[in-house]
Amino acid sequence: MLTVPLHHVYVLAAVLFALGLVAVLVRRNIIFILMGIEIMLNAAGVAFVAAAWRWQQADGQVMFFFILTMAAAEVSVGLALVLRLYHGFKTLDADAAAAMRG
Amino acid sequence: MDTIFYISSVVAVAATARVVTCRNAVHALLYLIVSLLAVAVIFFVLGAPFVAALEVVIYAGAIMVLFVFVIMMLNLGPHATEQERAWLAPRTWIGPTILGLVLLGELVYVFAQGGGAAGGGQGVSPREVGLALFGPYLVGVELASMLLLAGLVGAYHLGRREEPAGGGGEG
Amino acid sequence: MLQGLWLVPALPLAGFLALVIGARLSRRVAAVIGVGSVGAAMVAALAIAARFMAAPPPGHAFTQVLWQWLKVSDFEPRVALYLDPLAVVMMAVVTGVGFLIHLYSARFMGRDEGHNRFFAYMNLFVASMLILVLADNLLLLYLGWEGVGLCSYLLIGFWYKDAASARAAIKAFVVTRVGDAAMAIGLLLLFMSLGTLEIQPLMVKAADRWPAGCGMAMAAAALLLGGAVGKSAQLPLQTWLPDAMAGPTPVSALIHAATMVTAGVYLVARTHVIFELAPPVQRLVAIIGAATLLLAGASALAQCDIKRVLAYSTISQVGYMFLALGVGAWGAGIFHFMTHAFFKSLLFLGAGVVILAMEEEHDMLKMGGLRKAMPLVFWTFLIGACSLAALPLATAGFYSKDLILAEAWASPKGGPWLWAAGAAGAFITSIYTFRMVFLTFFGPMKKAPGVRPGVVMGLPLVVLAAFSIVAGFVQMPEGMGDVQLFAGFVKPVLPAAPIEPGAGGPELALGLAAAAASLLGILAAWWLFLARPALLESAVRSPVGAALHKLWFEGWGFDRLYDVLLVRPLVWLARVNRADFIDGFYRAIGAAGDGLHLVLRLTQTGHVRWYAAGVAFGAIVAIAVLVLL
Repeated sequence: MLTVPLHHVYVLAAVLFALGLVAVLVRRNIIFILMGIEIMLNAAGVAFVAAAWRWQQADGQVMFFFILTMAAAEVSVGLALVLRLYHGFKTLDADAAAAMRG
Repeated sequence: MDTIFYISSVVAVAATARVVTCRNAVHALLYLIVSLLAVAVIFFVLGAPFVAALEVVIYAGAIMVLFVFVIMMLNLGPHATEQERAWLAPRTWIGPTILGLVLLGELVYVFAQGGGAAGGGQGVSPREVGLALFGPYLVGVELASMLLLAGLVGAYHLGRREEPAGGGGEG
Repeated sequence: MLQGLWLVPALPLAGFLALVIGARLSRRVAAVIGVGSVGAAMVAALAIAARFMAAPPPGHAFTQVLWQWLKVSDFEPRVALYLDPLAVVMMAVVTGVGFLIHLYSARFMGRDEGHNRFFAYMNLFVASMLILVLADNLLLLYLGWEGVGLCSYLLIGFWYKDAASARAAIKAFVVTRVGDAAMAIGLLLLFMSLGTLEIQPLMVKAADRWPAGCGMAMAAAALLLGGAVGKSAQLPLQTWLPDAMAGPTPVSALIHAATMVTAGVYLVARTHVIFELAPPVQRLVAIIGAATLLLAGASALAQCDIKRVLAYSTISQVGYMFLALGVGAWGAGIFHFMTHAFFKSLLFLGAGVVILAMEEEHDMLKMGGLRKAMPLVFWTFLIGACSLAALPLATAGFYSKDLILAEAWASPKGGPWLWAAGAAGAFITSIYTFRMVFLTFFGPMKKAPGVRPGVVMGLPLVVLAAFSIVAGFVQMPEGMGDVQLFAGFVKPVLPAAPIEPGAGGPELALGLAAAAASLLGILAAWWLFLARPALLESAVRSPVGAALHKLWFEGWGFDRLYDVLLVRPLVWLARVNRADFIDGFYRAIGAAGDGLHLVLRLTQTGHVRWYAAGVAFGAIVAIAVLVLL
């Protein structure tokens, strides 16, 4: 029986989310940016599961299930795009694809 | 049980922090896998065994492996690590760190207001999750499967190498 | 019979529409439509006039309501025609003289390339003028007023490819616009104060509610006078008429001699109740008339262009009409309008024939000796000149001018000074008129005439000459037969001028003095221009004479005055404000948009991480708002 206060779990989720956000904003390598996105998704999932635990309902876990599915689809498409980008620009620099500037 | 939770959360946070700062791509991936496993432990402690299993199997097992495959395929070499060091100059950390800290602060503030309600009892069994999935959330399940199909087709199409002699697909 | 009143303005209007739609009709057909529509209107007008005189309707007034024009809260003008003796006179003269001039133009403009356009404009003009004189309310009158102004512009600038014509047309329009603006304000004032614009109820209400000399009456009368002054080319808005001679001669005859310039006289006569309620303004009318007739008469003495002499003469004669209105001799003013329409248009048409014969030569100094070469023109022109100079007893001009002078002396609103101005004006009139005759028709022939007038041009000349003689016999003074046909006819509308009783003594003497003035003028003209021309030439060469000649030639310098006072400052202002400061406001809005764009553009860097940071920042702000509020 877990007796951790709920907001501790939420704080954990928030910290993980913030770390993922920083990863997205700081890194220039596209692979790392995608990793940061995965971290953020995972953090959101933690929050949902914590809510499911709080109210003892299945809905939170179901939500995590959907997040997982979406992350899988997104990663596959995203990595395919990364491969395309690499073939085109010969680099993994996210700032290289800045042709749509102002 | 509580201590397991706290240890796992520390591990997860540390591993994630290492992911953010690591220069080698493969190392970062491995750190991310560690983080995901720690989160799976947390899920288990929170009484969601099914989700914990999913986390390990799909997230750490499939998605991260996908990352590894791609990085292997790109075959970047050591100069990529050098490049990362150049890109990760201390100056670039300032803005994102501030943003991250502000966001974190706001979220913590919001959560702290909620009070320290403790969670409930046994946890939700996989059986209930299954009943929910194939009950009220049936349409969502169908949509998720369609999403996966779309992802599959998209990844296949985008990953194809365009060779004049008509190449096979990869990826 | 009177129900056919609407036909009178409608027929020329239909002619205009037909000529506009059928712009490519052959000249013959266009001329038939143009002349025919006005001819038909004349027949209708004369028939209605005859019926009116034979069996006057009750109250000597007939109203024909055509339709309701507007209905806005309590402002409900209608399109309605009003016929009373004054309107009958105006209508008959406008259609009669108009028809003769249209007939003349069929030959005069026969070879002009804008022939169809000319008749369209002329028909529109006649229609507008008829609407003006037959209008039941001041709004409809203003419609006709603006219509004649428009047609005047179109017809003065008829030969639009010539820059001088275009300038003259614009000048005419702008100067009369000043008067029109005053008149519009006057109409607003009348409506606001009295609640209606229908003329007859307006007169009744004004007489009821406004005490004599009150501010409202003075303001309304002064503003209406402003409009009249503009349209009738009186001081100070007379500068446009001499330049308007750039248009074709029939235009000068119809618009700037017989009809449009008398619209102001008609307006004052129609709204005479308001003027009677504002005695200072009425006095001003007389003073303007007297001053104008002298100034214009003097200017006519120095002109070389035959049409310009006639233009200044018109200004001067309309001054006589204003003088008559100003002293309360309403009937006399309208009588002079009628006779003036006949002899002035005759003179213009005759001048047109001379100009055609001289191959577009307008300068009288280059003409001469046409007396024997063009007898018909000579005799009709002479009759017209005698009528203008008011040759005693035999001409219409004599009776109308004599009546005005007699009233000017005898009326309590008149006085010896006004009479003296009128008499001096008669003297000057004779001089410049016969100067014109002698220079053109007498003396050695400097250029042989080319084109001779045919029947189509000669017939109007003869008819108008006949009228210039007999038209005066409807109103003869007491000492000479006491025929009061005209005064009796218009009496229901226009109050009789107050002539002091005990006439016979001063009136006879005055009449003789006026007759003497005109005869002396003729004599002086003969002496100066035929017998001893050298005298005048040496006088003009002397410093005083040269200065006087220059002053009169330039119309007393009004053009220069207005140029310095009004035109130059406005042009300077326009040049200074070339990058319009009001436009600047709108340009600034555009420039601000551009500036904003340049700034916001910096946010579109193309970097994914930048955009992600933007999303994160937005999320932070949103959460902050939720948390704090």
